[in-house]
Amino acid sequence: MTHNNAARAVLMQGNQACAEGALAAGARFFAGYPITPSTEVAEMLALRLPQVGGTFIQMEDEIASMAAVIGASLAGAKAMTATSGPGFSLKQELIGYAAMAEVPCVIVNVQRTGPSTGQPTSPAQGDVMQARWGSHGDRGVIALSPASVTECFTVTVEAFNLAEKYRTPVVLLMDEVIGHMREKFVRPDPSALTVVERKKPQQPPGGFLPYKPDADGVPPMAAFGDGYRVHVTGLVHDYTGFPTGSNEVTEELISRLHTKITRNLGDILRYEKIYLDDAETAVVAFGGSARGAYAAVEALRDKGIKAGLFRPITIWPLPEAELMALAAKVKRIVVAEMNYGQYVNEVRRISCGRTEVVSLAKWNNEPITPDEIAAALSR
Amino acid sequence: MTGMEELIAKYYRPRLPHIWCPGCGNGIVTAAVVRAIDKLGLSQDETAIVSGIGCSSRASGYLNFDTLHTAHGRAIPFAVGIKLVKPGHKVIVLTGDGDATAIGGNHFIHACRRNIDLTVVVYNNNIYGMTGGQYSPLTPHQGRATTAPYGNVDTPFDLCALAIGAGATFVARATTFHAQLLTDLIVKALTHPGFAVVEAITACPVSFGRQNKMGGPAAMLKWQRDHAVPVEAMPKMKPEQLAGKFAIGLLHQKYGPEYVAEYQKVIAGAMEGGRQ
Repeated sequence: MTHNNAARAVLMQGNQACAEGALAAGARFFAGYPITPSTEVAEMLALRLPQVGGTFIQMEDEIASMAAVIGASLAGAKAMTATSGPGFSLKQELIGYAAMAEVPCVIVNVQRTGPSTGQPTSPAQGDVMQARWGSHGDRGVIALSPASVTECFTVTVEAFNLAEKYRTPVVLLMDEVIGHMREKFVRPDPSALTVVERKKPQQPPGGFLPYKPDADGVPPMAAFGDGYRVHVTGLVHDYTGFPTGSNEVTEELISRLHTKITRNLGDILRYEKIYLDDAETAVVAFGGSARGAYAAVEALRDKGIKAGLFRPITIWPLPEAELMALAAKVKRIVVAEMNYGQYVNEVRRISCGRTEVVSLAKWNNEPITPDEIAAALSR
Repeated sequence: MTGMEELIAKYYRPRLPHIWCPGCGNGIVTAAVVRAIDKLGLSQDETAIVSGIGCSSRASGYLNFDTLHTAHGRAIPFAVGIKLVKPGHKVIVLTGDGDATAIGGNHFIHACRRNIDLTVVVYNNNIYGMTGGQYSPLTPHQGRATTAPYGNVDTPFDLCALAIGAGATFVARATTFHAQLLTDLIVKALTHPGFAVVEAITACPVSFGRQNKMGGPAAMLKWQRDHAVPVEAMPKMKPEQLAGKFAIGLLHQKYGPEYVAEYQKVIAGAMEGGRQ
């Protein structure tokens, strides 16, 4: 019966697929605030969450939504919020809190043109650097960017898996193209989905150190009500969870917030390579910009031009080794992105002069066309 | 009633001494919270204590429960998340006047309106103590603060009137001088099915008292004694007797739809009718 449902193709919107992916990942809490172009995620979950025993709440503002998500996660629920540009700005302090207190959660940002109120209904990818550096202080960051409606579902599941596994907020960086696009969608068979649950303490409460990491750099997590009587704070804290002014503890904690991610790149990095084996030029594009890149590369191949596509799905951390190898191989890399030029600087840093890195940036509310990408690749 | 040493052994973590200055009233308010919890026999594993940022918000770390020291102003929405996932839990918010009514003011009024079953104890010392004495939304007009060296131009909130106006279903006030009343009111707040606010007037001799020439800790407690009027006594008093005074006691209680219980009905209905 389930199988028949799963095999049925439907027309689905990206934001809706994201909401369904969250449910499939086991999300049982959503707090949000209405904002274009992400609102459909909240609308879908308002309907769907109580059907599976979960909770939806529309809070008084973006900050409160992020706070409620963190509280819910500490109480043991897989939790998510969804927002767009201005709301993503408002949430930054508490995204940093979730990073510091190591509270798993997923923050969906369906990007729109900024800064400020900008163009609420137009696509953009201007929050790439904000996803990395938006909250004050240093920390490791995981951000994923889906490029199709199906990926809005599957990558949302992976966002939850990474959040739970590494006890960190994970940003799902969508954009208006991907969020509002409708495509054919076939729900993956639930048995084919990997769903990760957070590690629980293996020892009884007495003597448990809630912030002492295991060998993978991640401490097991006791939920409120599990009997461990944990203390959680955004202050620098030692293994007990209580604040300390120690220089050594500060250094170790901030280091670990980075290394628990950088030591597990093999597990965290996701990317797609199209025609890169013999490519002489390559486009780097993600999210909505990858749509034009697929078509551009196909069109160039039809003409016998050896072009390829490298599409990061994990955009933070960067797939540095892959990009370095690409830079060593191709004559030119074009970085196509709907902003004034952000990711291109990372690609330039990594390629370090090994190849020409060209920015194909666009910030006029329109997606980058296949012709524009093809022209930059074959110039 | 259990003695304080037993209460400390049971409900406080071995993390004393606390950070509060000599003469600070925060310990009295925190002890009232603990006495109320003990009186009701609340389970320590089914009670969560959530605080914001500031002197009073450090109380969470001293208490032997699941405790959450959040970001400035945000204790209430963090608590909302916990309560919605753990409807059977008692969730207590400990916050200060600046935390609850300035940076957290929006969350405070919306939680009142939402009538979600939380108990919020506002430690009101009329000042930002941790940062060294700046004026808060509860600093009196013309009061002195480091950021009001010519006297406070602002007009303060009446916290309890604000809570009542915003729809809180339980609103009470006491002082650290009236510690037993404070305990009794917190007991009532914890048993009230809805959003309960208890304003605890507490002395900050170092950052508020000194700037406002109120004398030392004992003088500030006497000020509380001399300016608080039991709400029951007020109707019999003349306006001139009430000038400059404030009411203590249970100021407001009513019953209405409670958010968590209402949402549980939504879940029950949706699971019955809507599972896909």
